[in-house]
Amino acid sequence: MNTIDLKQNDSSQVELKQIELTETVGNIYADDAKMSIRNADVFYGKKQAIHNVSLDLAKNQVTALIGPSGCGKSTFLRCLNRMNDTIDICRTTGQLTLDGEDIYAKDLDPVLLRARVGMVFQKPNPFPKSIYDNIAYGARIHGLTNNKVELDEIVETSLQKAGLFNEVKDRLKDPGTGLSGGQQQRLCIARTIAVSPEVILMDEPASALDPIATAIIEELIDELKEKYTIVIVTHSMQQAARVSQHTAYFHMGKLVEMGKTENIFTRPSHKLTENYITGRFG
Amino acid sequence: MTTSKKTNTPSGFTTKLHLDKHISRRFNEELEQIRTLVMNMGSLVEKQVNDGLSAVLNADEKLAAKVIERDQDVNTMELEIDEYCTQILARRQPAASDLRLIVSVIKSITDLERMGDEAVKFGRNAIKLARGSFAEEEGARPLVELRHLGQHVCETLRKALIAYAQMDVQAALEIIRNDNIIDEEFDNISRLLVTKMMENPREIKNALRVTWCARALERIGDHTTNLCEYIVYLVEGKDVRHSTLEQLSETMKE
Amino acid sequence: MINIIKDATRISKTPLTTTQSTKLSTTEKVALSLKKRHQKEKRFIRTGFFAVIFGFMLVVVLISDITSKALPAFHQHWVKLDVNYQSDWLSVDSDTTQTVFIEQLQTANYRKVLKNSLYDMFPSSDGKKLSRKDKRQLFKLFSTNAEFTLKNELIVTPTQINKSVTIWLRLDDDVDSYLKEDFPIGEAGLRISKQQAQWLAQLTSEQRIESRFNFSFFTASDSREPELAGIKGALMGTLLTLFVTLLLSFPLGVAGALYLEEFAPKNRWTDLIEININNLAAVPSIVFGLLGLAVIINIFGLPRSAPLVGGIVLTLMTMPTIIIASRAAIKAVSPSIREAALGLGASKMQVTFSHVLPQAMPGIITGAIIGIAQALGETAPLLMIGMVAFIVDVPTSIVDSATVLPVQIFLWADSPERAFLAKTSAAILVLLSLLLVINITATVLRSKFEKK
Repeated sequence: MNTIDLKQNDSSQVELKQIELTETVGNIYADDAKMSIRNADVFYGKKQAIHNVSLDLAKNQVTALIGPSGCGKSTFLRCLNRMNDTIDICRTTGQLTLDGEDIYAKDLDPVLLRARVGMVFQKPNPFPKSIYDNIAYGARIHGLTNNKVELDEIVETSLQKAGLFNEVKDRLKDPGTGLSGGQQQRLCIARTIAVSPEVILMDEPASALDPIATAIIEELIDELKEKYTIVIVTHSMQQAARVSQHTAYFHMGKLVEMGKTENIFTRPSHKLTENYITGRFG
Repeated sequence: MTTSKKTNTPSGFTTKLHLDKHISRRFNEELEQIRTLVMNMGSLVEKQVNDGLSAVLNADEKLAAKVIERDQDVNTMELEIDEYCTQILARRQPAASDLRLIVSVIKSITDLERMGDEAVKFGRNAIKLARGSFAEEEGARPLVELRHLGQHVCETLRKALIAYAQMDVQAALEIIRNDNIIDEEFDNISRLLVTKMMENPREIKNALRVTWCARALERIGDHTTNLCEYIVYLVEGKDVRHSTLEQLSETMKE
Repeated sequence: MINIIKDATRISKTPLTTTQSTKLSTTEKVALSLKKRHQKEKRFIRTGFFAVIFGFMLVVVLISDITSKALPAFHQHWVKLDVNYQSDWLSVDSDTTQTVFIEQLQTANYRKVLKNSLYDMFPSSDGKKLSRKDKRQLFKLFSTNAEFTLKNELIVTPTQINKSVTIWLRLDDDVDSYLKEDFPIGEAGLRISKQQAQWLAQLTSEQRIESRFNFSFFTASDSREPELAGIKGALMGTLLTLFVTLLLSFPLGVAGALYLEEFAPKNRWTDLIEININNLAAVPSIVFGLLGLAVIINIFGLPRSAPLVGGIVLTLMTMPTIIIASRAAIKAVSPSIREAALGLGASKMQVTFSHVLPQAMPGIITGAIIGIAQALGETAPLLMIGMVAFIVDVPTSIVDSATVLPVQIFLWADSPERAFLAKTSAAILVLLSLLLVINITATVLRSKFEKK
């Protein structure tokens, strides 16, 4: 009678696996890239937050950036629309392009960039104005339209696209801060798409919301990708798995692995990715 | 699974991390439990196959009865492991290797349970063969062949279960590649028994029973091959079911 | 549970020994300390309550004291006299042409008219003519501007020449005080002699004395005579000075705060500036007065005692307050709003003026009100730049000489006349009301911004 030996040569010992990251695995390049990043480094004073990251963001697709806390994914996201410029000690080097144009060129006004690359933040932050004015603000400051009819149209279209119109159509003059959390976040999304950007960056957009509001936002992201390129930073792996087509795993400022979402979540190539996704570390 | 290199520590790693343990200790225990249960079921099924074959070859009625009775345990184990896996899927939403583990376990226990059923066929046929008049000298050769095939199949099953326990992809691939040997042996026995049936029509009943036993062995071989395909899927993430040998070597090169 | 508490209160008289404390469960230990905690809490609540009551009572006492002292200032006594506009007393010639006649009326001797009319009204009790002393005393009963009242009356209706007319005249402040103090009519008191008291008694019995609301308190400017003194001059001076202060300090202060918070680079220079501003707020106000005198008046040559100079000096005082309060308000604006606006592609200016400033407005207005309220009550620096002078004319522009309410109060408080006491309190009341009005305006403005 045979007995099966249960000796498995990994999990039982306290053997320290030290893994060094030499280069990114997976598929970082895309054929039709909306934005390309090559050898990006970000420094906060002397401390380096992002090490030599290169990747492509595919057009009209959702790319998710995942990784443990402090791995630099939010920092990286903020590079894409030069929000890091507002922090004095932050310095970005490398080649970052939008449709082939260098977004860190000396003569490029960040204001112009941010009209093409919009951002949605973690905590919903509607302006303390009416719902109408919240959405009209972007259009007004960029001078996209002068007359009221066009402005009304922009407001209505944006609210429709954000799936919020039916809920607020008869109270457009009410303050934006009076909505529920999920509605506020959708308002912020509507506000962002009112200026017709090409890329939308989302920094943990659903982390402050309840499950139903989260599901609505995820559904919205799915619809939005038809028209916009979306990059989403998320702490929830299940959300990244549900929402994105491409996933990039960051670890301590380096890009470890990038690839199609279904591959990353069923058969990741790098051990670090595997460890993070299965909850073995990070 | 072990693709590590011992090199310099990247900054931030501490020496206290157990990289292959889940942060959730309970989840770790649950996965260990699954593996233990599957291994237990594998051991039991292996025992059933061995005993069933033994019962046929030695016309041991008592052993045969025991095999038939123990099939209950095999079925219970299948239900238990199935339920456990479903719960883990619901509660833990496993990903990557954990997900592949659960998926392959769910498939494996189906194959194991079928193997158990085949062993029961041994038992039933053994009883019938023992009660029937089976002339030793006349039925010697088919039984010899059967014994040979049986040993081969039991050996293969044992190797497969060891490969499963040790996550050994090479051994699994070996077994997949050698599945056709079992099929050839089965064809041999079939032909032999058909000849025997044509020679001596009174032996048809017994010959048929032996055929069925041989078929059962062939099926066990197929199920073992399935198990090995699941091992490859679990370790490498590649689905090699229904691949030809050329496709197999292609996939493994990638 | 109740048993535990009962036991606990019994045991709590003696401190717990270690063996005891190990035997008791957590609930029991908590119950033991519970009573003490409740007592502490009750004591604190009581103390706080009494502190509030005490403060409130002080305010009530202060206000009621001032109000009671101020009330007499709001009414004055007038007397009805029969006056004879005899042309020979006036020394005018009634037979000349109209224009010459009017001219003569401007310079006629109305005092004689008043005196003679009085002497006619009060012949001596002995039948003899009034003595010099009596005449003087009689004349002293009336306000010094009584003759001007007579003059205005005649000029308005010159046809009353050589006729006997009944006119209401103001009484002197001594008489006013005497009457307000409720002395028994006919008895001497304060600065009223017996003779004067008797005359007053006579007038009272003839129903010729009446008390009227003192409109001139608000319409007249300062005067040596208390019955004629009013706060209009000081009020106008205060308003003009505050206007200049607000006009200069608010925009400068808010702009300075915005620059320091939003646009200035964070280096040692800005830190230095911040320290200096904080220190400026603590400088004694008289230093600013000296600065005003030395620099603004002597070097720049602006007119002394003008609201313009006073406004500049007060601006120097108020600006640090406004800057500090505005910076705090601007800092309090949540950065997420700024980020949202930046993310939409707003430039720094747009972010500051469309979002940060409106949100910080309530705090900024509060700071401005605190500053203005401080400025409202400042006396020392304004004394230094010369607003202590006795200004009789009501200032009409910011370069006219003026005085302000606090200085006026200071001057009146210094004066010996009894009636000025009431006037000082009345002026204080006016100052406090002005403060109240400013506060209410600020509250309304603030709630308007908060609603947006």
